[in-house]
Amino acid sequence: MPLQAIAFYVLAAVTVFAAVAVVFARNPVHSVLFLITTFFSAAGLFVLMGAEFLAMMLVVVYVGAVAVLFLFVVMMLDVDFASLRQGFARYLPLGALVAAVLTVEMVIVAADVAHLGAAASSTGPATPSAVMTNVEAIGAVLYTDYVYVFQAAGLVLLVAMIGAIVLTLKHRPGVKRQSVAAQMARTPKAGVRMVTINSGEGVDA
Amino acid sequence: MTPVHLAALAAPQLLLAGASLVLLVVGAFRPKAIRLVAGLGVLSLLAAVGVVAIEPLGRAFGGDLVADQGAAFAEAVIYLASAAAILLGQPWFARRGQARFEFPILILIAALGMGMMCRAADLISLFVAIELQSLSLYILAAFEKSDGKSAEAGLKYFVLGALSTGIMLYGVSLIYGFAGGTSFARIAAAVAHGASGGVLFGLVFLICGLAFKVSAAPFHMWTPDVYEGAPTPVVGFFAGAPKLAAMVLLARVLTESFGPALAQWRQILVVMAILSVAVGALAGLRQSNLKRLWAYSSIASIGYALIGLAAGGPEGVQAMLVYMTLYVVDVTGFFACLAALAREGRPLESFADVSGLVRQRPGLAVAMTVFALSGLGLPPFSGLWGKFYVFKAAISAGLAPAAVAALIGSVVAAYYYLRLVKVMWLDAPEGQIDAPPAEAAGLAYAAAFFVFPVVLIALMALDPAARAAALALVQG
Repeated sequence: MPLQAIAFYVLAAVTVFAAVAVVFARNPVHSVLFLITTFFSAAGLFVLMGAEFLAMMLVVVYVGAVAVLFLFVVMMLDVDFASLRQGFARYLPLGALVAAVLTVEMVIVAADVAHLGAAASSTGPATPSAVMTNVEAIGAVLYTDYVYVFQAAGLVLLVAMIGAIVLTLKHRPGVKRQSVAAQMARTPKAGVRMVTINSGEGVDA
Repeated sequence: MTPVHLAALAAPQLLLAGASLVLLVVGAFRPKAIRLVAGLGVLSLLAAVGVVAIEPLGRAFGGDLVADQGAAFAEAVIYLASAAAILLGQPWFARRGQARFEFPILILIAALGMGMMCRAADLISLFVAIELQSLSLYILAAFEKSDGKSAEAGLKYFVLGALSTGIMLYGVSLIYGFAGGTSFARIAAAVAHGASGGVLFGLVFLICGLAFKVSAAPFHMWTPDVYEGAPTPVVGFFAGAPKLAAMVLLARVLTESFGPALAQWRQILVVMAILSVAVGALAGLRQSNLKRLWAYSSIASIGYALIGLAAGGPEGVQAMLVYMTLYVVDVTGFFACLAALAREGRPLESFADVSGLVRQRPGLAVAMTVFALSGLGLPPFSGLWGKFYVFKAAISAGLAPAAVAALIGSVVAAYYYLRLVKVMWLDAPEGQIDAPPAEAAGLAYAAAFFVFPVVLIALMALDPAARAAALALVQG
């Protein structure tokens, strides 16, 4: 048990520290790297809770795909972060007020947790039985109990694809495209011209 | 439950999802067949209305999907409004050389998302449904690629929408954590003996997220800019149907899962309602652009609907449903008028543009007058009846002060509605107005005809239907 507790506190501390560093890092590339650190330690927290599948997905999807994409975007787009920060002082009072209200509310929630205990702890273990793995447990419900929302989530992704195409695809006239059928249908007759060249003269002369 | 039974409960959703996928394939292989795709889209929406009317009632997937009269009522209105949006929008884009087959498909998917919103009795399906319709609407707002304003509208809508989604998701996670489940029934069981602070905290965030979707003050900032920039038929669409869907969802969340916490959420709704009416009335006074003006008008309208909802109980929910239904017809008709009016191809959007309209296009001027007076709530137009239901419910629930405040807002807002009427009827016309396209003018006339006098007969059917819908929503 103490080993688990130590692991939890180390991972939790790293998560919080890295998350704060994401916001405060001056260099956006550093921000993204800290974000990756946050994802990794959060994945560690998932493992401690017995949710190996979520941990795996967090690393594969967020670290492997999303964070790398962020890194590309940050490096390829020349965003002037100094100008983005200019309004900081002006909006600070309002931001501080919102933050203060949120903090007070979170304290109330935390007090509630201390009083009643979060009810989620009563929903049972991460997997229905000791012999079942995470993946099996998710697989058992994904296409049965949750098939409706799972398919709807698929439609959300489809809309995102349609949107990307609708908003960015431009059919410019005069662009030469590859047409495999036309290439395959081409015969020597269409492409090759036999000429007899007399010595000392050019081809098109 | 057998798969056949499950499919029957989700029949309209399956129909719309299948239709949008098939049309996507048709469009991808025949990009020129835009009219065909649009026509089939309208037909599938009309078919969905028919399916909603005859399908069995019940619950499936642990509350992810609820088929009851409440959902059926709202879905019928939403699908009809979506069909009107395709009829209005496709020729509008075609006239600008912007017609693309994705437009009807995005409307179909948005309608699917809204239908799912009406049927959601679980936080997971609530979230997925809202995202499905929101994403489609962001794209539709930016659909007119040649117009920088449209792109700006899409971006603003997207960024603020993403923020509101984040807020809402935070609330959802808190509710899940404290209630120990995502289904509305489970939440209702958890708050039956008094709601804990954590659940209420989550509820506030959830209401904030939904308030953004219906553009209730103080979450209305995006509305005028997005309405001004987005293509006119699209504005007519997302000023109406999505708000009805979000209001139905809000009604279901609040009455089914948070019924015992009525006292807590009522005060939030009343504050938002009064703020919305005030913002809609006061900020509308300074507008010169008609699309921005109608954005403020819609904010005020949501205020009235929220008062109905705050009254709670079957009567309050019924008032909200009747009000929103009449509002959807009103706003669709108004934007159909705007879509019909152009001068040398440039749409008319400001007060100055429509001055003296009655001398050139008397039919459309009368229609716009009808919509303005209905928005104002003047008898005998439909707006009055909506407000009548709302005020009746509010007074019997002891919310008379809120009703009085809303009434004062109405009086202030009368200025800009009457100003529009005055500009159209009394001012001198300038320049020749293009002949209105048949479909837009036809829709405008049909909506105006509904606002008065058809509404008087329609209310006889609308009243019991909304009553049954409200009972189903409240009792869960």
